[in-house]
Amino acid sequence: MSTLTATWRTRLAGVLAWAIALALFFPIAWAALTATEQDAYTPTLWFTPTLDSFREVLERAHYPSFLGNSLAVSVISTLLALAIAIPAGYAMAFFPNKRTQQVLLWMLSTKMMPAVGVLLPVYLLAKTAGLLDSITALVIVYTLANLPIAVWMVFTYCNDVPREILEAARMDGANLWQELVYVLLPTMLPGLASTALLLLILSWNEAFWSLNLTSIDAAPLTVFIASYSNPEGLFWAKLSAASVLAIAPILVLGWLAQRQLVRGLTFGAVK
Amino acid sequence: MEHVLESQVNGVGGTPSPAQPQRTRRWLPTLLVSPSVLVLLLWMTVPLAMTLYFSVSRYNLLNPDQTGLAGFDNYRFLLEDPAFWPAIGNTLVLIGSVLAISVVAGTLLAVLFDQPFAGRGVARILVISPFFVMPTVAALIWKNMMLHPVYGLAAWVARLFGAEPVDWLATHPMLSVIIIVAWQWTPFAFLILLTALQSLDPEQKEAAQLDGASPVRIFWHIVLPHLKRAIAVVVMIETIFLLSIFAEIHTTTAGGPGTATTNLAYFVYSLGLQQFDIGIASAGGIVAVVLANVVAFFLVRMLARNLKGVHEQ
Repeated sequence: MSTLTATWRTRLAGVLAWAIALALFFPIAWAALTATEQDAYTPTLWFTPTLDSFREVLERAHYPSFLGNSLAVSVISTLLALAIAIPAGYAMAFFPNKRTQQVLLWMLSTKMMPAVGVLLPVYLLAKTAGLLDSITALVIVYTLANLPIAVWMVFTYCNDVPREILEAARMDGANLWQELVYVLLPTMLPGLASTALLLLILSWNEAFWSLNLTSIDAAPLTVFIASYSNPEGLFWAKLSAASVLAIAPILVLGWLAQRQLVRGLTFGAVK
Repeated sequence: MEHVLESQVNGVGGTPSPAQPQRTRRWLPTLLVSPSVLVLLLWMTVPLAMTLYFSVSRYNLLNPDQTGLAGFDNYRFLLEDPAFWPAIGNTLVLIGSVLAISVVAGTLLAVLFDQPFAGRGVARILVISPFFVMPTVAALIWKNMMLHPVYGLAAWVARLFGAEPVDWLATHPMLSVIIIVAWQWTPFAFLILLTALQSLDPEQKEAAQLDGASPVRIFWHIVLPHLKRAIAVVVMIETIFLLSIFAEIHTTTAGGPGTATTNLAYFVYSLGLQQFDIGIASAGGIVAVVLANVVAFFLVRMLARNLKGVHEQ
């Protein structure tokens, strides 16, 4: 190591890290480039970029409806999961009893059930209830699938709230409601926001249930994209544009929430 | 999973904090927890019980006259299906390969990104991006732009070296699927491991350096033990998700050619929702649940053993 000075080692590490980063990002960048090409048949690096493909995709009558389905399903299921999880996480963090630990671990274990183990009953139940290809079916499934993660995240964030703040409020004569709204809620807000963010990302990208439970009317972007598994040449620019539009919002959300995502995805085990 | 995560919940479940006043009625916490428990209980038991029941029933959507119990016939048909053992094998190969690639590459990348260098924040964003790409888009980008035998990057590189471009998804279907899935999950491992690595006390490394320890020794004796717990978490979480890999296969190869890329999830889907034999497909679903539990059991045991003696962070 003595032959390499520290500066050179740092530079070498930087070059290597950047090379790997660019290689891993390349497929996404390539899709974005293809989307701005006039003639995607012959890939070249020298072309006049155009946003025509994006415009065409957005103007096509059906693309906005898939986008709307993705938005509706992820937003509604996230809000529902939060509504059920917040009281549970709050109660288990602040009023634990001897069963709390088992309940939390049991909730976690429900995530170990492979989705394919319950595919047929869920499909048939949805079919019987007339909910196949409906937003309702996806919302129910996503809410249930994400609930354990939501409860765990709310629980770990509640656990991080210093008890002294609540006690101080109580000393000042705050009742339970005031304590919740004026003390706990502001402290919890960042944690709740990152919980919501993780749930949004998971439901936006979910593709097992959406492919199996929806076809046209309630199909989110995952299903729309999958239906173009074999595009014909000239269509590539448009397909790339549709793909980029579908992943861009989540990429940005993911970049913003990197650190909080670690906590959510590992059930608080890595912070 | 449970052993690794238990430390998270240790400390709760004992005595309630003494500061809690009596005015909180005892039923209130239970009332707040019960909606979550109730819906999850329904979600866990009803569909699973139905799968179990279907798996011992004669139930074919194309042949509604066939009813009644079938005993273990569905399981026998399933085992005799020529696609069954390949599907089990493919599932294990896919999980094993992606785990190996993502954990090894993720660890090395995390160590690399733990060094300071120019533009580290931006480079890190580039590395984690593939994890946020929805599975069907990832599959499509790789199928049409990377691995395509005519227009793909792989073909372009092959021609550059004067080689004959190959149709990756046709000639090396499983390898192609593994590449696509590993591309998505390596960033996940990287993100978790980097976060864990950054909680390592730098003084520990500096002390070792002063004692003349080589970077390799520091990696084996300080960095890796520190990462054990995070690696355990990554392995378990990835296993859960990789058992149900479906969209990538559905979008690229549809399980083919032949059964080359049919994993258990795709096999059950094709039995149930393409051939409409709910009975046999449900038997396959039960096999998937059993496999998940076996994998989880061994993983938890193995990891629990490895974790002994490692300090909780």
